[in-house]
Amino acid sequence: MNVDALLLSLRLATIVSVSLLIIALPLAYWLAFSSWPGKFLLDSLVALPLVLPPTVLGFYALIALGPRGVVGKFWQALFGHSLAFTFPGLVLASMLYSLPFAVQPLVTSFESLDRRLLDASAILGASPTRSFFRIILPLAWPGVITALVLSFAHTLGEFGVVLMVGGDLAGVTRTVSIDIYDRVQALDYSGAHETALLLLVISFVVLSAVYGMNRRVWSLWRAR
Amino acid sequence: MLSVAIEKKLQTPRTPSFQLEITEVFPPGFTVLFGPSGAGKSTVLDCIAGLLKPDQGRIALGEQVFFDHTTVVNLPAQRRGVGYVFQSLALFPHLSVEENIAYGMGGIAPEQRAIRIERITAGFHIGGLKSRKPPELSGGEKQRVALARSVITEPRVLLLDEPLTGLESGLRQAIQKDLREWNEEKRIPIIYVTHHQDEVNAIGERVVMMANGRVQKSGTPQEVLASPPTVALAQAIGFENLLAARVLEERDSDGVIRVLLEGDENCQLEVPLSSAKPGDTIHVAIRAGDILIASQLPNGLSARNVFRGTIEAMEEQGTLVRVKINAGAPFIAHVTPSAARSLQLTVGSVVWLVIKTHSCHTVTPR
Repeated sequence: MNVDALLLSLRLATIVSVSLLIIALPLAYWLAFSSWPGKFLLDSLVALPLVLPPTVLGFYALIALGPRGVVGKFWQALFGHSLAFTFPGLVLASMLYSLPFAVQPLVTSFESLDRRLLDASAILGASPTRSFFRIILPLAWPGVITALVLSFAHTLGEFGVVLMVGGDLAGVTRTVSIDIYDRVQALDYSGAHETALLLLVISFVVLSAVYGMNRRVWSLWRAR
Repeated sequence: MLSVAIEKKLQTPRTPSFQLEITEVFPPGFTVLFGPSGAGKSTVLDCIAGLLKPDQGRIALGEQVFFDHTTVVNLPAQRRGVGYVFQSLALFPHLSVEENIAYGMGGIAPEQRAIRIERITAGFHIGGLKSRKPPELSGGEKQRVALARSVITEPRVLLLDEPLTGLESGLRQAIQKDLREWNEEKRIPIIYVTHHQDEVNAIGERVVMMANGRVQKSGTPQEVLASPPTVALAQAIGFENLLAARVLEERDSDGVIRVLLEGDENCQLEVPLSSAKPGDTIHVAIRAGDILIASQLPNGLSARNVFRGTIEAMEEQGTLVRVKINAGAPFIAHVTPSAARSLQLTVGSVVWLVIKTHSCHTVTPR
């Protein structure tokens, strides 16, 4: 079994899900509470990775991250090398790919909050920031957990985007799903099986832990 | 002194084109904002609190402008210093009673805070509940906590949106007494929204009556409740009898008009003089409590309206019996259970209804 690949995948999923949460919280707040009429456009943009084939997403990510891409150029100016086929590049592409899995549970839980609680908070003198940390976040906690777990699990299992953007560099971008694919290609079925089974068990344990902690959280899609 | 002069258009699925227009001054003390649901009462409160932005006009508390359309002032809700108890109360479910009450006391030193929480929880009789969470409280306890949470911030205006709905009347009166005592020293404007007439009488120093987004009438409870200007309002205020009638003749010298109730050729009423002319169709509003029931034809009465009728239904509602009588036109009368017993009223009994002229209020439909 390829322990390196497994550790790499876990590291990637952890970094991606935590950084995504930091981005997704303000984004979801805005999506839930803004009254801007063109909001649906951003809604669609956030949901895009759900319907696009990972290869399409990965293709554009590769171009953007490459030495001639917008992000890639900027990165190269800063650090002297391209983002494509590196771990940071993989993190960025994965964040894009898992964005809806972090944003949508948060939007759902924000929208289901009783607006009168936020009104009450404002009436009692709280700024929007204070209301966010004292009222919204504690009450939307199940949504935060869901967002974390879903983006973690989704990143752990991704394949197409990783292959497009990261290539297959051992120890750098060879994640566990790529490793399984490589082993099957090499007809190493027992090796593939070991890793696949471990991934299956990890996923199941993580999900059931969350389910057990809070049975209400599993509302991925917005109730509208 | 809170002055409100605003317009606000609202679109909801229920009311596709609702227009609120109100110009009213709220002096210190209780003002009851009263009217049927959908009249715009909560919209007024939301505008005062800064939760809704009016389209036009101005809201000011003394010298301080909350909102002014022409000078583009719109103070955010958190800086208006308004206390607001919602109909839903909106207690924070994840915070204890004490944390809920302390929520709005950010700028106050901790030791001072504890003293004030102690005093207010004792005053509102919730001292023993401080560590509980809102889901563990009864309805009345929740309402007291919500009131305490609002008044502890020393608001300069207090808005109460049906805060005591659903409580039994004893408890309601006790909380109203607490509120009244609290305001005796503060003397701030308190706007109390309700659509219950008994609350109007119990609380109001002043009543502002609203319907369809407009103020219909304001004044003392007696003045406002005495004669309702529209049909919708008469129903809201609790005139159980609202009967369509045609004006037969004016008797200026007696100060009365005779009307014929719709549905029966013989059912004539004498009602006070109004602007209605013979031939007009009007409504006559009579409170069920203003109709006397006699088991025999009474004589030697000053009352001018006496009808013979048959009891069609009786329903006991707490401390009163609601009697439905067919006297050509349908009437509802309220009697006490003991009166119902001593008159041996049952369904099918023949009775006489006695109604004073001045218990009949004419409502001219618009």
